[in-house]
Amino acid sequence: MYVAVKGGERAIDNAHAWLAEERRGDLGVAEMSIAQIREQLALAVARVMAEGSLYDPDLAALAIKQARGDLIEAVFLIRAYRTTLPRFGASLPVETDKMACDRRISATFKDLPGGQILGPTFDYTHRLLDFALAAEGLAPAPAPQAAAAPDRLPHVTDFLAREDLIQPEADGSATPRDLTREPLDFPADRPLRLQALTRGDEGFVLSMAYSTQRGYGRNHPFVGELRIGRVDVEMDIPELGFAIELGEVVLTECETVNQFMGSKTEPPQFTRGYGLVFGQSERKAISMALVDRAMRWEELGEDNVGAPAQDQEFVLYHSDNVQATGFLEHIKLPHYVDFQSELELIRRLRAEAAASQTQEAAE
Amino acid sequence: MSVTDPAITARQARLSTLAKAPAARLAALFAAYATALPAHEVLRAPEIGTVMVKGRAGGSGAPFNLGEMTVTRCAVRLPSGVVGHGHVQGRDGDHARRVAVIDALCQEGQASAIEAAIIAPLRAEAVAAREGRARRAAATKVEFFTMVRGEDA
Repeated sequence: MYVAVKGGERAIDNAHAWLAEERRGDLGVAEMSIAQIREQLALAVARVMAEGSLYDPDLAALAIKQARGDLIEAVFLIRAYRTTLPRFGASLPVETDKMACDRRISATFKDLPGGQILGPTFDYTHRLLDFALAAEGLAPAPAPQAAAAPDRLPHVTDFLAREDLIQPEADGSATPRDLTREPLDFPADRPLRLQALTRGDEGFVLSMAYSTQRGYGRNHPFVGELRIGRVDVEMDIPELGFAIELGEVVLTECETVNQFMGSKTEPPQFTRGYGLVFGQSERKAISMALVDRAMRWEELGEDNVGAPAQDQEFVLYHSDNVQATGFLEHIKLPHYVDFQSELELIRRLRAEAAASQTQEAAE
Repeated sequence: MSVTDPAITARQARLSTLAKAPAARLAALFAAYATALPAHEVLRAPEIGTVMVKGRAGGSGAPFNLGEMTVTRCAVRLPSGVVGHGHVQGRDGDHARRVAVIDALCQEGQASAIEAAIIAPLRAEAVAAREGRARRAAATKVEFFTMVRGEDA
């Protein structure tokens, strides 16, 4: 229970003033600009955009600065800002097969058309601290260049689809349910689940995905394809009467190909899990694909083995870090009256217990 | 909406290039083309909002809501009565307004001059940026070679 309490304004004001001072840190150290955060902490910016559910690198960089690098706090700031903006409409679905890929790899086909393109990856680095980065002012050597690959890289799952070896994707409503406009309602269809997963906490979605790999709802995934790059966002503009490309976003897409022996309703074939996330974020995209696949047990006629990742209510109700942290952290706020009543209850029970002991001793 | 009218196709391509152009670069190109924005009436003041970006399950299946992006829009009218619309990615009101004015000017007969002075350079720069990344990506393409095993030799 909450009770209005007066007082504390001066303490709060002073706490915020000190917060501003601490945020800035040592004045002898140069202040970070939004552009520096956007350019040099790009993966933190990507995470804040994905979980904040708003693609705007400058805003995400500002949120990171304001939150002193606390990314969940930054996501919270972005979500709050988003609610102040009108929504002009919805884009046409982005066409990821037309992505201008920085990276595109497949763990299933070595010699796929277009090839394995590593891109700017941490993979194959030795994870040794690079003390050269501690010495500032060193520009990196320019990255080598080569004749560019064909503009359009086909999706790996298309090859399997051509042979009818993978479950085709069903079409759906052009206006999918939107959990930012209506409360989460179960059963959640796949579009709603994908929306929740793409904005879900990276750590939570990763752990859920990992649990399926360790045996809690195992679904035998291969990364059919992982791609990172830029896609155009196109929208019909009513005033114009035609669609224009409104902008460009960086996305990470993961398609898993999962072993499937067939069920009562489906023939033996490969099945799919799907991850699509704002920014360069492949850990999140792969995790999303595994959890998406785990939650599809019912439509595929698989057994529910009671694994957490198969439980859509469990996953969707706990994936949002702003909701989670809001509820978790509220318990540090004043609960004086609740606690007073608990305190009184314990005292009364103690007194009663003591009284009955005295009485027993007397008898 | 599929478009077949060449004038509309040209306007569509122009507005797409302008929406994605770096605001500062467009401002510089416009300043070189005409020293200042021509007289215009603002029909809709630059307004910041969002557009819900949709994806498709599996890349080809049911649409789903991926998340929003910031967009700024603006509408202007030239003294001749021609109306121009600007929609740009991000939150730069001046950028949206400049695009709206350019859209109107192009409908007023300046399309080919603006194409040459503003749109073509922006398009070339966008292509160059894209190719720069594509060339770096191509350099990270794996060239597999098969080791010859002893028993096959």
